[in-house]
Amino acid sequence: MTDSLTARRRFLVRMGQGAAMAATGGLLWSYLLREQAHAAATAIRPPGALDDADFNARCIKCGQCVRACPYDTLKLAATGDVAVIGTPYFTPRETPCYMCVDIPCTAACPTGALDHGLDDIDDARMGLAVIDIENCLSWQGLRCEICHRVCPVQDRAITVEHHPRKLSKHAMFVPVVHSEACTGCGMCEDACPTDKAAIRVLPPRLVQGEIGRHYRLGWTIDTPVTQEFKPAEGEGGREPPAAGGLDYLNEGGL
Amino acid sequence: MNASRPEPKLGPNGRPVRPFVLPDTIGGRFRVWRFILYRRLVQLGVLLLFLGTAWWSWSLGGRPLLLGNLSSSLVLGVIPLADPFAVLQILATGHALDSQVLIGAAVVLLVYGVLGGRVWCSWVCPVNMVTDLAAWLRSRLGATDLFHIRRSVRYLVLVLALLLSALTGVAAFEWVSPISMLHRELIFGIGLGWTAVLGSFLFDLLVLKHGWCGHLCPLGAFYALVGRFAPLRIRFDAPTCTHCGECARVCPEPQVLNLREAAAAGLIRSGECTNCGRCITVCPEDTLHFYLRNPLASAGRSQSDSR
Repeated sequence: MTDSLTARRRFLVRMGQGAAMAATGGLLWSYLLREQAHAAATAIRPPGALDDADFNARCIKCGQCVRACPYDTLKLAATGDVAVIGTPYFTPRETPCYMCVDIPCTAACPTGALDHGLDDIDDARMGLAVIDIENCLSWQGLRCEICHRVCPVQDRAITVEHHPRKLSKHAMFVPVVHSEACTGCGMCEDACPTDKAAIRVLPPRLVQGEIGRHYRLGWTIDTPVTQEFKPAEGEGGREPPAAGGLDYLNEGGL
Repeated sequence: MNASRPEPKLGPNGRPVRPFVLPDTIGGRFRVWRFILYRRLVQLGVLLLFLGTAWWSWSLGGRPLLLGNLSSSLVLGVIPLADPFAVLQILATGHALDSQVLIGAAVVLLVYGVLGGRVWCSWVCPVNMVTDLAAWLRSRLGATDLFHIRRSVRYLVLVLALLLSALTGVAAFEWVSPISMLHRELIFGIGLGWTAVLGSFLFDLLVLKHGWCGHLCPLGAFYALVGRFAPLRIRFDAPTCTHCGECARVCPEPQVLNLREAAAAGLIRSGECTNCGRCITVCPEDTLHFYLRNPLASAGRSQSDSR
């Protein structure tokens, strides 16, 4: 009786020890994983990379995309690099993506972490260029516009806009990035002549805001101002409110 | 003199127990060390094929020889290979995978299903060279274990790796594996991965004998399960065995040399055997050999065993 009791107790303690070991080990292990997943947030991924969570899960860290890149743009993150251990990334200021039309890196991916459905490199969204207007030469009034000239999606991803100033100064011609066309290839960042690049490519989610659907814009910034103004079609959220507003607070009740 | 000499110890088969003696001749030593040499050749050869393809663009008939790394690769631009345990972890995260990597994992499973899963461990895995060095140095240092854990802990780590993959949404072992780090960084550039490799080296050298490969590594545990029914095995010729124990002294997984079970089955049955061949060459009685068993017969035997 006592023997079987102690045997049972010993068994239960053993089970408890095993469970405790698994739980502590598992906790430490999962902290490590979370830490790394956050570290990846600033990495610029190859074209066709799925969004962060999917990419981090599906990439098997084999480096076949890295070898497929004819410009040695891509690197496989070593332990301690900006990206998650073993995943591909690139640093535009060192070597940008030259946007091969056949996208060999994506074709080489065995797991689909780089989307094989990407067939036009212009549709890639590796990152989004942002301009530091305090250090951009064009914004200081110089005629630089190098980023605009090297941009492979010229006049769509980066346009040069004309900013007239008062009479004694000449006008400014400043580059403006458009997120709907910017692929994040980084050729602008690579070419920027300032000591530290004044135009940089970052993961879109780090720099892009979101208006929110409750703002009902009856216009957009590039809607031409004409007499035949119509609200933007398509998105219901952008139509002006149908009814419900009061013209006078005194209406009806008083 | 002769009269004072003790009677030679006899084995259960009635023959005197002879110790293993390392031969003096080069040929004799080669025979003893041949499997270690072959294993190093294969391990370094695989590494060299990856390195050559990556750095010097080795190719055959215009096709790159071996692209990628041990996690996933492409042979001659046609045959995909992939680490089945890495694939299993990714599937555990609940993400779909493209067919190429799934086919690759199936090819690798097939190969190790025949050769014995842990042929990976002793013949291919780059960390094996590190931990073998640690074990060799350890025997010279005479270090004792700091603590003991069961060898079955590796199966717990295996389950934990799959569980954490499901919970965190990333392949849990692939993100911390010293094996992948070592191989990847040898091919794609050195980072801090060597610290993890150094960690496993020191752990094996000073903390626990065969600590990483023999107790903790979930990939080894995975392949032990894969190789459970593999045809390639170590044959055990029971009548010649004197129970001298030389095989168990060199074996990195001595629990697989359960001689009673081996005598009954005629071979080493455990999937934890790495088919490294150490035991074969130190056996003074020539009791152990590589052997390709009939998989159908083995299936029949395992059925009758389970009853």
